[in-house]
Amino acid sequence: MAKSTESPMVEINAVSKSFGDVRAVDGVDAVIREGEFFSLLGPSGCGKTTLLRLISGFEHPDDGHIVIAGQNMDQVEPNHRPTNLVFQSYAIFPHLNVEENVAYGLKRNGVSKDEIAEQVNEMLTLVDLSGYNKRPAYALSGGQRQRVALARALIMKPKVLLLDEPLSALDRKLREQMQIELRGLQRTVGITFILVTHDQEEALTMSDRIAVMFDGNIAQLATPQELYSRPKTRRIASFIGVMNFVEGTLRKVTAKTLEVEAGPFGKVTMAPDQMPAPLEPGAVTVGIRPEMLTVLFSAKEKAEIEVTGVITNTAYFGDMTYYSVQIDGIDEDVTVSMRNTAGRRVLAVGEETRIGLGRESLIILS
Amino acid sequence: MRGAPRTFTIFVGLYLVFLYAPVLLLPIFAFNDSAIIAFPLRGFTLDWFIGLASETTLIVSVQNSLLVAIVAAVLSTCLGVLASRASARFDYPGKKPIMSFLMLPLVLPEIIVGVSLLIVLVQLGVSLNVWTVILGHVLICMPFSIAILLSAFNNMDRNLEEASLDLGANRRETFFKIILPLVMPGIISSLLISFTISLDEFIIAFFLTGTDTTLPVYIWSQLRFPSKLPGVMALGFIMLILSLILLTAGEYFRKKSARLASTETTLNKDADHG
Repeated sequence: MAKSTESPMVEINAVSKSFGDVRAVDGVDAVIREGEFFSLLGPSGCGKTTLLRLISGFEHPDDGHIVIAGQNMDQVEPNHRPTNLVFQSYAIFPHLNVEENVAYGLKRNGVSKDEIAEQVNEMLTLVDLSGYNKRPAYALSGGQRQRVALARALIMKPKVLLLDEPLSALDRKLREQMQIELRGLQRTVGITFILVTHDQEEALTMSDRIAVMFDGNIAQLATPQELYSRPKTRRIASFIGVMNFVEGTLRKVTAKTLEVEAGPFGKVTMAPDQMPAPLEPGAVTVGIRPEMLTVLFSAKEKAEIEVTGVITNTAYFGDMTYYSVQIDGIDEDVTVSMRNTAGRRVLAVGEETRIGLGRESLIILS
Repeated sequence: MRGAPRTFTIFVGLYLVFLYAPVLLLPIFAFNDSAIIAFPLRGFTLDWFIGLASETTLIVSVQNSLLVAIVAAVLSTCLGVLASRASARFDYPGKKPIMSFLMLPLVLPEIIVGVSLLIVLVQLGVSLNVWTVILGHVLICMPFSIAILLSAFNNMDRNLEEASLDLGANRRETFFKIILPLVMPGIISSLLISFTISLDEFIIAFFLTGTDTTLPVYIWSQLRFPSKLPGVMALGFIMLILSLILLTAGEYFRKKSARLASTETTLNKDADHG
C-alpha cells in the first residue's frame, strides 16, 4: 500500500493559458505530491480540464512551466511524457477489441508477445475484466469501457495518471461503486492520480487533497476535511456542501481570540483558526453548516447559543430531515439537518422552535 | 382527400417510366437477334456479346478506360484524404475558399472544364494520351472523394487520436493504426465512386483522349455505323450492370462509415452530460 510522500511529482509554476480572449488558466501554482490522489474541482469553464491537458501535453502553456518527476516538460510531447490520460469519452479504439486496446501502448516498446499477453491479463484482472480479452469495443457497456480505458492507461506504468471526469458518463449507482474502486485501485498501484471533476461529493470521497478552481485560479488547495470545515471564501463554502450565511461584523482580532457580532447569534468569541483567511476588522460573512445546528425539541435541551425560528419547509430523507427555518435577522431561511433517531418527531411547517449551536462551529468567511 | 395521393402516384409512375424505360431498351436489344434496333423483336441471341470479344479497338479502349479509372480513383482518393484530413483537423488561412475551389468542379459544366484543359495542355505542348484524361478525371472525381472523406474524418472522435499519442504512439503511427482504419470504409467508398464516375465519363475524355480512346469515346464513335449498334447495346448493358454493382458497393461502405461514426458520437454525447 502506497502512501503519499512529501516529494513533489508534478510542479505547476505560474502557468497561464488563453484561448483567444479567454484566460482559461491564469497563473496557477501548485505542487502535486508523489503517490497522492489529487483532485481539481470546479464548475464547468473554471479551467480544470485545460490544466489537465497542459499536464498531459495536449496544450502548451503561454507562460510558466510544468515539471513532472523533476523534468521540465516545456519541450516534451504527450507521447514522451510519463503521464497517461483517461478521457471523459474513454476514447476506446472502436476497431480494436479489449485486449488490443489495452496492449496498444505496449506494442511499440519492444516487449515480447508473451510478456504483453501476461501484462494485459494482469491489468484486466486489476480492473475486474478478466476473460473479456476478445470482446469487441462496441459490445462494452459504459462501466466496462471505463475499466478498459483505465487498464489501457495503467499498463503504461505512468508516473501520473490523469482522469478527466471519468465517472460523469455513468449512472449514479455505478458511479458510487466506481468511486470506491478507483480509490482502492490508486492505493494498490500507488501511482499519483490527478482527477478532474465538477462533483464535490466525488472529490471529497476520493481525494487526499483538492484544489478548488474558479475562473482559471486555484481558490483553495486543502484536504477534504479542511476544505469542508475551513473554507476560505463564501464562494468555496457554497460550492462544497451546504452552508448557511449570516452577515456579521468582525470587532477585534487578537492573537488568541476573535470577537464577532454574528447577527441573531449575538456577540461571539471565537478561536483564531475559525477564520481560515486572515481578515481585517469590518463586515464579514459568518458561515455555519446545517449539521452544526440543532433543533431543541424540549425545554430541557440547552445549547451554548440559542435562537428561535419558524419552520418554513421540511424535507424528509429517511435517515435525515432537512428543515428550512426562518430566523429574525437572517435574510435567507436557514437549513438545519437532523438525524432521525428513535423517538424523535418530525416538526411540521409553521411550528415555532428553538435552534441551538456551539460557537466553535461558526466560520468567518470573506 | 383520396385524389391527391392518386395524382401523386401517377406522377411518380410517369417519372420512373421516363427515367428508366430507355435504359430498359438496352438489355432488350442487346439480346435481340436483329441488326436493326426496332420492334418487333426477332429472337434471342448472345451473338452481340460474343462479337464484342473480337473487336480489337474495343479491347484496347476497355484497357484504356480501366487504366484511367483505376489511376484516377486512386489519385483522387489520395488527394481527397489529404484535403479532408487537413480540413477536418487543422485551421489554416484561406481554408474555406480553398475547400470551395476544390469542390467547384462539381458544378462547373464539364464541357468548359474539358475545353479549358485542352487549350492549356495544347499550349504547354503536352501530347494527348491516357494521362491527360486521368488529369481531367482526377479533377472531376476530387469533389466526390472529398465529400465522402470529409464526413468520415469529421465524424471521427478527436480523442481517439489524442489517446493514441498519449499511449506513446507518434503522429505517423497514429495515422496508420488509428485514423486510417477508422476512415477506411470512406476510402473504399471514395475509390469505388471515383472509379465509376471516371469509367462512364465522356465529355472530358472526348476532349483529352488523343488517340488512346476510352470506352465511352469508343461507343460514341461506333454510333456512326448502324451495323455496330446492337454491339453497342450489348456493351452498354455490361457497363450498366458494372456501374450498378460498383455504386451499390460504394454506398454500402459509405453507410458503414457513417454508422461507425454514429456509434462513437452517441457515446460522446453520453459523456457530455456532465
